[in-house]
Amino acid sequence: MKDKLTIALSKGRIFKETVPLLKAAGIEPLDDPETSRKLILDTNHSDVKIVIIRATDVPTYVQYGAADLGVAGKDVLMEHGGQDIYEVLDLKIANCKLMVAGFADRPLPKEHLKVATKFVNCARHYFAGQGRQVDIIKLYGSMELAPLVGLADCIVDLVDTGNTLRANGLEPLEHMADISSRLIVNKASMRLKHERIQTLINHIETAVQAKR
Amino acid sequence: MSNANQYWALPDGINEALPIDAARLERLRRELLDLYATWGYQLVMPPMVEYLESLRIAQGTDLDLQTFKVTDQLNGRMMGVRADMTPQVARMDAHRLRANEINRLCYIGTVLRTKSFHRDGSRAPLQVGAELFGHAGIDSDVEILALLIQTLMHCHVPDILLGIGHVEIFSGLVAQAKLDEVEQKHYLAILERKSLPELDQWLAKLTCSDEIRAMLHALPRLYGGVEVLQDARNALQLAQPNVLAALDYLQQIVETLQRHYPTCRIHIDLAELSGYSYHTGIVYAAYTPGTGSEIARGGRYDGIGEAFGRSRPATGFSTNLHELVQYLPAALMDNGAILAPATQDPALDQAIAQLRLQGECVIRALAGQVSTAAELGLTRQLVYTNGQWILNKV
Repeated sequence: MKDKLTIALSKGRIFKETVPLLKAAGIEPLDDPETSRKLILDTNHSDVKIVIIRATDVPTYVQYGAADLGVAGKDVLMEHGGQDIYEVLDLKIANCKLMVAGFADRPLPKEHLKVATKFVNCARHYFAGQGRQVDIIKLYGSMELAPLVGLADCIVDLVDTGNTLRANGLEPLEHMADISSRLIVNKASMRLKHERIQTLINHIETAVQAKR
Repeated sequence: MSNANQYWALPDGINEALPIDAARLERLRRELLDLYATWGYQLVMPPMVEYLESLRIAQGTDLDLQTFKVTDQLNGRMMGVRADMTPQVARMDAHRLRANEINRLCYIGTVLRTKSFHRDGSRAPLQVGAELFGHAGIDSDVEILALLIQTLMHCHVPDILLGIGHVEIFSGLVAQAKLDEVEQKHYLAILERKSLPELDQWLAKLTCSDEIRAMLHALPRLYGGVEVLQDARNALQLAQPNVLAALDYLQQIVETLQRHYPTCRIHIDLAELSGYSYHTGIVYAAYTPGTGSEIARGGRYDGIGEAFGRSRPATGFSTNLHELVQYLPAALMDNGAILAPATQDPALDQAIAQLRLQGECVIRALAGQVSTAAELGLTRQLVYTNGQWILNKV
């Protein structure tokens, strides 16, 4: 009996860059999430499905076993906490940096630093590591606006090229972590579907190394 | 946000059981306790709360953060609501049952946890388990594992997989590598998440011999079928004797289980350290397809009694009745209740009493009640035919 596999991916960059890796493992989606409205995509294997969900939901689906595997950014995993999830592979895709950004010409206040971010846990952990008590303001998007309108002194956000920051008069100030996407696996699936999943991991690992 | 108009809603993760669920839970509770009794496990009932000092083996661990705390208004001391009954049972063995004999104890009760890590979101699992104190050897571990498998099979849990590891493999390696406490914690965190990318970065910075580096590198990769034990012997051949002894121990356990329970699949994971804070020997968890996390867990924890003044070897498992009950076939739960009419007749009274004595469930209609047996979902009723009360199928 072959085990069924469910793989959780998010639309956009992660999906695009994961497809070639899955292809190396012999799995090809039959629909394109950009054109299809389906949330569950069929693949060339009847027993392998791909679910398309928001990036921040990927660890949750995998943690609770709604998906056996998934691809999630290290930023999302750090924010989630990563309990009950195996992070077996660095796929080296969707690379960027998690950074503190603010005004280049204005030093950050020593006390009562106000930080706008959607990475609430990462930000709290990072500043606590520096011995700083900060006020976190949770936002869901357009972080760059927060310092401009005086809502916060700085932001914690993903930085790729830094163009959005500079376009709004902000600069990267502190480097918090290098981010890339990870292949994550549910702990129970790793055991119950060991052979199937291990074969998939090995194929993808080979594909990742071949790309370098 | 206060929802004053929904004051009756239960707190997050707190559950109650309505009649059908309650009947299933209670049936399973009785059956499991009967099962444990036939294996010589005596029921104990640990208290709902105790002083935090008694739960101090939990201090600084996840269990501590999982514990609800309240102040004893009589003396100002802090009490904890039980979040795990295992340490309580260990305390009872160490303090209250002072005999040096082997003690087999079982327990069942609701525990309360501040956080839920489970997908049903429950913060109040109905914990049931068995512990064996006073024997440090393979016999007691095998007995407890067998009882765990019996428990799961009794509950009709399908396609059981047992994931087994041994804590001494980790502790032997970190001792040999002379990792300090911070490094140990970091390594443990990497193992728990099998974060192989981080492992390589961390190992590159660690100062230790190449042999040890290779073993630390190998440990999180040593998982899979039983053949992993042979791979481990090769990969860890330069480890300390206690690590190799642990591998032999696992081999023996696995062979015994395979002999007795050939249908139970076995998965070895030498980096599995669930609850490393108090376990000292083998650790294991049981899985079944479709749950996303383990349904039972256990292991050996020889040191724990020391916190209570008497160190005793100990091994045991626990699971959650709320989880097990879902595998119970619905058909088992029909008690075949019988409807009796409201008619006042001594002969009817006698017939009802007779049936109840035989263990039948007889529901007597009340005067003015008009529902028929079919409407009440009952399949049998007492009817008056030819001068006597007769049991009839609806």
